[in-house]
Amino acid sequence: MNISALDIVLWGVLPYIMVVVLVGGLVWRYKYDQFGWTTRSSQLYESRLLRIASPLFHFGLLAVIAGHFFGLVIPMAWTQAVGMSQDFYHFNALFVGGIAGVGTLGGILLLIYRRRTTGPVFMATTKNDKTMYVVLTAAIVFGLWTTLASVFEGEHGHNYRETVAPWFRSLFIFQPDIAAMAAAPFSFHLHTLVGMALFMIWPFTRLVHAFTAPLHYLFRPYIVYRSRDRDRNGGRAGDRTAGSTTSGVPARRGWSPVGTRDRDTRNR
Amino acid sequence: MRVMAQMGMVMNLDKCIGCHTCSVTCKQAWTNRAGTEYVWFNNVETRPGQGYPRRYEDQEKWQGGWELNKRGKLVLKAGGRVKKLLGIFASPIQPELKDYYEPWTYDYKTLVDAPLGDDFPVARPKSLITGEDTKITWSANWDDDLGGSTENGHLDPIVEKVRRESEDKIKFAYEQTFMFYLPRICEHCLNPSCMASCPSGAIYKRVEDGIVLVDQDKCRGWRQCVTGCPYKKIYFNHKTGKAEKCTFCYPRVEVGLPTVCSETCVGRLRYLGLFLYDADAVTEAASVTDPQELYDAQMDVLLDPNDPAVQAEARAQGIPEDWIDAAQRSPVYALAKVYKVALPLHPEYRTMPMVWYVPPLSPVVDLLRDQGHDGEDAGNLFGAIDALRIPVEYLAELFTAGDADRVTAVLKKLAAMRSYMRGISLGKDPDDSIPEAVGMDGQTMYEMYRLMAIAKYDERYVIPKAHVEQAHDLEEMGCSLDFEGGPGMQDSSPFGEASGKPVPVAVETFNALRDRQTSGSAPSETTLRGRVNLLNWDGTGAPSGLFPEKPVTPPTGEQP
Repeated sequence: MNISALDIVLWGVLPYIMVVVLVGGLVWRYKYDQFGWTTRSSQLYESRLLRIASPLFHFGLLAVIAGHFFGLVIPMAWTQAVGMSQDFYHFNALFVGGIAGVGTLGGILLLIYRRRTTGPVFMATTKNDKTMYVVLTAAIVFGLWTTLASVFEGEHGHNYRETVAPWFRSLFIFQPDIAAMAAAPFSFHLHTLVGMALFMIWPFTRLVHAFTAPLHYLFRPYIVYRSRDRDRNGGRAGDRTAGSTTSGVPARRGWSPVGTRDRDTRNR
Repeated sequence: MRVMAQMGMVMNLDKCIGCHTCSVTCKQAWTNRAGTEYVWFNNVETRPGQGYPRRYEDQEKWQGGWELNKRGKLVLKAGGRVKKLLGIFASPIQPELKDYYEPWTYDYKTLVDAPLGDDFPVARPKSLITGEDTKITWSANWDDDLGGSTENGHLDPIVEKVRRESEDKIKFAYEQTFMFYLPRICEHCLNPSCMASCPSGAIYKRVEDGIVLVDQDKCRGWRQCVTGCPYKKIYFNHKTGKAEKCTFCYPRVEVGLPTVCSETCVGRLRYLGLFLYDADAVTEAASVTDPQELYDAQMDVLLDPNDPAVQAEARAQGIPEDWIDAAQRSPVYALAKVYKVALPLHPEYRTMPMVWYVPPLSPVVDLLRDQGHDGEDAGNLFGAIDALRIPVEYLAELFTAGDADRVTAVLKKLAAMRSYMRGISLGKDPDDSIPEAVGMDGQTMYEMYRLMAIAKYDERYVIPKAHVEQAHDLEEMGCSLDFEGGPGMQDSSPFGEASGKPVPVAVETFNALRDRQTSGSAPSETTLRGRVNLLNWDGTGAPSGLFPEKPVTPPTGEQP
């Protein structure tokens, strides 16, 4: 199979550029724009549609992400080794993936409808948001297309686990299997490209809130103390029961700041 | 025992005349920005009334605060951590704008611009949310002074409850109505449920003075704090997508000034001071089974600043000497724990609120006077307090989780003080039987009178300053709202409204000053981005932007 220069650029170079933009963008925005890093919720304006659409979209998306993980990261040999037949795998992937995909698409369409028709919500929509919605919806639609296409094609359909998935895994060892990806049908190419575009704009849109999903909430103490005086507890959240705010807590190990401790204690 | 200091406030409701000066000055100072139009860090409610947002006290609906689970453990009423995370995509219990009100302005321009005609031009109300013509249907104090209470009075959750429990009805007929004002700010609770609800951990309590703040950089806008706060005193800024709340005017308090609401209070009804409390005992105290015992539990958490053991422990915890001294002179400690006339608002929410209220005696006095009795006579007052069940029960639902005896005791103290001091003012010998009837002695009662009625400025406000050696840390430590031109005041950036770091006022001032000193001309439009900062204007010349631009060509009038 011939590998064209375009293939090399798209499947050998672009993924790495995407990662650089994504990671660099996130780091940069985290440093520069903590204040803008929010969900920018519009629930205050409208909640009837949001109550249905938003969970539908987000939970659907979580299922879609899980599906991508199974499809791309777990090699076909592994599922076969545990005795999962190709048909069984495929049925599951299409069935669960189809439901998740349709749910996600339905959710985002409802969200876009809500955004367009609810006056205050539309007013709070920036150009940035609009661009993001186009790319996000395109990624979902094209992804669903690849799934549905394989439903209609049945057994003759394309097995992405022999093309896209090996390519995806090969990216991580810096030896991209360009030929494998180039052999995938156009629908997969399109979905992958739009997906990469989505990840490239990700850090610069409101989507960043996904990267601060508050999972640490499950583990943090309920009551958070912070000290004005950073020496007292390093300005970090403390646990009520841990007594981390008491004086005499040893400083954390690591680099020490330049300077000498103020020895004038008369005024303290 | 872990001693911590807490700034607290007491409001003497008898003195509140409902003028809303506190609300207005607070709004001008803190929430006069886009996205916070409907945000009132301080609001004044007429009670009976629905409050702001409407019916916020109906916790069966709003699920704010804490409750005890079946095993007697303290849990968030709206659900635990997992439940909160599962509901994060569309917060299930969340007040909407209609529960507050749709903020509006008026189209003042037409008043000036309207062409000559037969009719007077009208400034139409315009919604600040949609920008379109709007119909004003509600606001932050729509039912002020019992306005509309004959129709909406029954919607007050506390009226509902008292009515359920009593055969009598709270009548909203004029002659039988009682009424008082309830100014509300954030309670800066010892056991804040907003903080516990925050998935991001952006809400924190300051170790030094217990002020509860939202870290505007860490807040991600999950809105769970709005659900969590039973007082609904956390608001969602719909422009910045961040939660905002009363800051106890910490930049003022740090330099020893009272909060804006206190400073501008016409009735001088607010008291500011320190509590010392045992941080290790808070959770246990909030977990008391009987809600009516929460008041006592909260009292036990507060430590006596005159107790040498407490002082020693406070020193060991690094609380400075002048703070311990301020805690001893604290008017809020005196009113809450020494005289026991200040009560916490809704202790049954189990958040251990630190803004306290002296319940109003005036409904009782007014009623006596209206009926032709001597409203200052101790006997009359005591009798009336016992007889007037409805106002007392209403107050009890607000301040003692329904324990009417406790409210009665406080009201009797206030009545005794009134009557005792009237005797003295009239030149009679002090009647010490009056203070004894409420378990006080004449000397204590006189001191209480001094604090409550004379209420000297430096006795009302005992605010220890933050320490000079910490000053560098105070400067722009990145708390909520601490930069002028901060949240909400930037131009729209590519990342959405108000992205980017707010410019610290020190930096802005420094740059403007340097420009003026080095450029040789007045600060111009380019250096000040089209604005004129009058603080930097030294009176020489008129920087462009100070006045509106004159049209280049004179308007061409009708040439004859």
